[in-house]
Amino acid sequence: MKNNFKGQVIPINRDNVDTDLIIPKQYLKSIKKSGFGAFLFDSLRYTSTATLDSTESREEDELFILNKKPFRNGNILISKSNFGCGSSREHAVWAIQNYGINTVIAESFADIFSRNSYTNGLLLICLDKENISTIINNALSSDSYQIEIKLESNSITLPNGDNIIFDIDESYKDRILNSLDDIELTLRYKNEINDYEKKMKTIKPWLFENE
Amino acid sequence: MKNTLYDKIWEDHCIRKNDDNSSLIYIDRHLIHEVTSPQAFDGLDIKKRNIWNKNSILATTDHNVPTINRDKGITDPVSKVQIETLRDNCNKHSIELYDLGNIKQGIVHVIGPELGLTQPGMTLVCGDSHTSTHGALASLAFGIGTSDVEHVLATQCLNLTKEKNFNIIVNNNLRPFITSKDLILYIIGKIGTSGGTGYTIEYTGDGISSLSIESRMTICNMTIEAGAKSGLMSFDETTHDYLKDREFLPDAKYYDQALKYWETLVSDEDVIFDRTETFNAEDVEPQVTWGTSPEMVTSVDGTIPSSDAASNKEEYENTLEYMGLQSGTDIKSIPLDKIFIGSCTNSRIEDLREAAEVIKGEKVASNIKQAIVVPGSGLVKAQAESEGLDKIFTNAGFEWRDPGCSMCLGMNDDFLQPYERCASTSNRNFQGRQGDKGRTHLVSPSMAAIAGIKGHFYNVREFMNEK
Ligand code: SF4
Repeated sequence: MKNNFKGQVIPINRDNVDTDLIIPKQYLKSIKKSGFGAFLFDSLRYTSTATLDSTESREEDELFILNKKPFRNGNILISKSNFGCGSSREHAVWAIQNYGINTVIAESFADIFSRNSYTNGLLLICLDKENISTIINNALSSDSYQIEIKLESNSITLPNGDNIIFDIDESYKDRILNSLDDIELTLRYKNEINDYEKKMKTIKPWLFENE
Repeated sequence: MKNTLYDKIWEDHCIRKNDDNSSLIYIDRHLIHEVTSPQAFDGLDIKKRNIWNKNSILATTDHNVPTINRDKGITDPVSKVQIETLRDNCNKHSIELYDLGNIKQGIVHVIGPELGLTQPGMTLVCGDSHTSTHGALASLAFGIGTSDVEHVLATQCLNLTKEKNFNIIVNNNLRPFITSKDLILYIIGKIGTSGGTGYTIEYTGDGISSLSIESRMTICNMTIEAGAKSGLMSFDETTHDYLKDREFLPDAKYYDQALKYWETLVSDEDVIFDRTETFNAEDVEPQVTWGTSPEMVTSVDGTIPSSDAASNKEEYENTLEYMGLQSGTDIKSIPLDKIFIGSCTNSRIEDLREAAEVIKGEKVASNIKQAIVVPGSGLVKAQAESEGLDKIFTNAGFEWRDPGCSMCLGMNDDFLQPYERCASTSNRNFQGRQGDKGRTHLVSPSMAAIAGIKGHFYNVREFMNEK
């Protein structure tokens, strides 16, 4: 991911967008990490349901935001509080990314969703209520509403030139900028993990008895 | 320095503090199931990584499995591939799997505690948000995504940032026929679905210590619905009694040593929590959710609230439209189509006994299209059958199924048709959760039971007093 990028905003004007809504359960049967973008917000996006292996084309619900211009080709999702609540399914993050969205802005995020976004390098930005409604309302009433996110300076530039500064955890930013391999990083401490286990085998031997 | 129970378990598992805010935390127990594990094993294969400690892992099939006609096998080809993938992965890596046909198979959060795989003081993870359930046994348990499943498989650790401490104190005892399900729905109604975000919640007070472990699990289970990844309860005599004779408990030669450690698993007296809320168990009435978020809840004698109380009018209108309800409607007047008694929230033996007590000698109302009871595990099923509960259910017109997640999320054949309305003992009433356009009302097992008999909601306390 680049430090700076610009994109059309997709406003989802509600609180508590849960992961069942982001991707319904019938698509969790896949054993792959890709191909979920077609099912993002499935129950809102289409008038009928599908299964993973169905091939018929479906009728879109033209009232839903993702089916309208210019939002269809947006890449920055914006919503209200407690985004990503509910099930721990990482498929929700994969679906958002597979669709082509690289940033989600909201008033707040649920904990497990934040964690899954972090591990997959999906950028999450928290803004206050006021800024969120400004962006949502303007995006809803404009033919095009492109904002620019500058990670270096923790700022968002709105189409009218206004700047919003956001807070972001530095390690998270680092993670997004460098797409690190978490397992590799942890395995650097292999010896420490082994030492800890050795110690626990004497302090809590019952945890290791069937070895 | 004084520590909370959470602080203690955290410190006990902290291998190192990282440069950022996070710490490297050791994971003692890892439970896996078919839905959130395939991509994790795939990731290991791609990088040619090994599993750190296969003995810490237990697998089961639950989310996707049929609860009827199991002898015919799994007919849905996509589900079949997912379950076979788990079988292959477990086989290849020599991981213990409790699969269909094994009496120990069941919902992952039911079998962990019941087999003694969940033990006090453990860190326990599973690729499922309701892992919070296991906190009722004083274990620090939380749900993780698939990348973290892979991380734990490969390293036995996670890099985590510590949450803040939240104490929910429940004073006094619940009144007869009011259950811990009503209590946790009541609490979520008060603190909201993001009230616990960023915290680990410890529940204390005589309203908690007087509860059985099964009832405590229902509360910890729905802690995630209050936004907190983990719920905790301290170790006490009730915990100790529950654990006795469980299959995977520490061997006799280590038992006293383990017990001594478990007895330390309480928060220090007078420790300060970052946040505290107090509730009175005597205030709790039987609860029914009316919307598409667990915080949209009221008592059975209440009505659908008016939009005046809603912070977002549009969302409120959309919710009522989705639910097919109007403000001011009496909860008790809402007719139902289906009844589901099951899920990791309420499918343990105590839940089934509670429901059976209400159902005994009654019949399912004629407007109910389907009423199903899905035990949480093969062992729960066998126990219920030995007590004759299955007969009570089937005589009344309830279907008696095989264990699994079933209609809680409807990944198998048990789901709601569009616009069907269900009284469900599960934990989520999200849009489409139990089936596309399905309408879910969350309730306790006894409230689901009475709803099945009346065909609409009814105050179970009144019914039992009349009975
Ligand atoms: S019963 Fe429902 S909530 Fe529990 S693990 Fe299964 S799907 Fe998840």
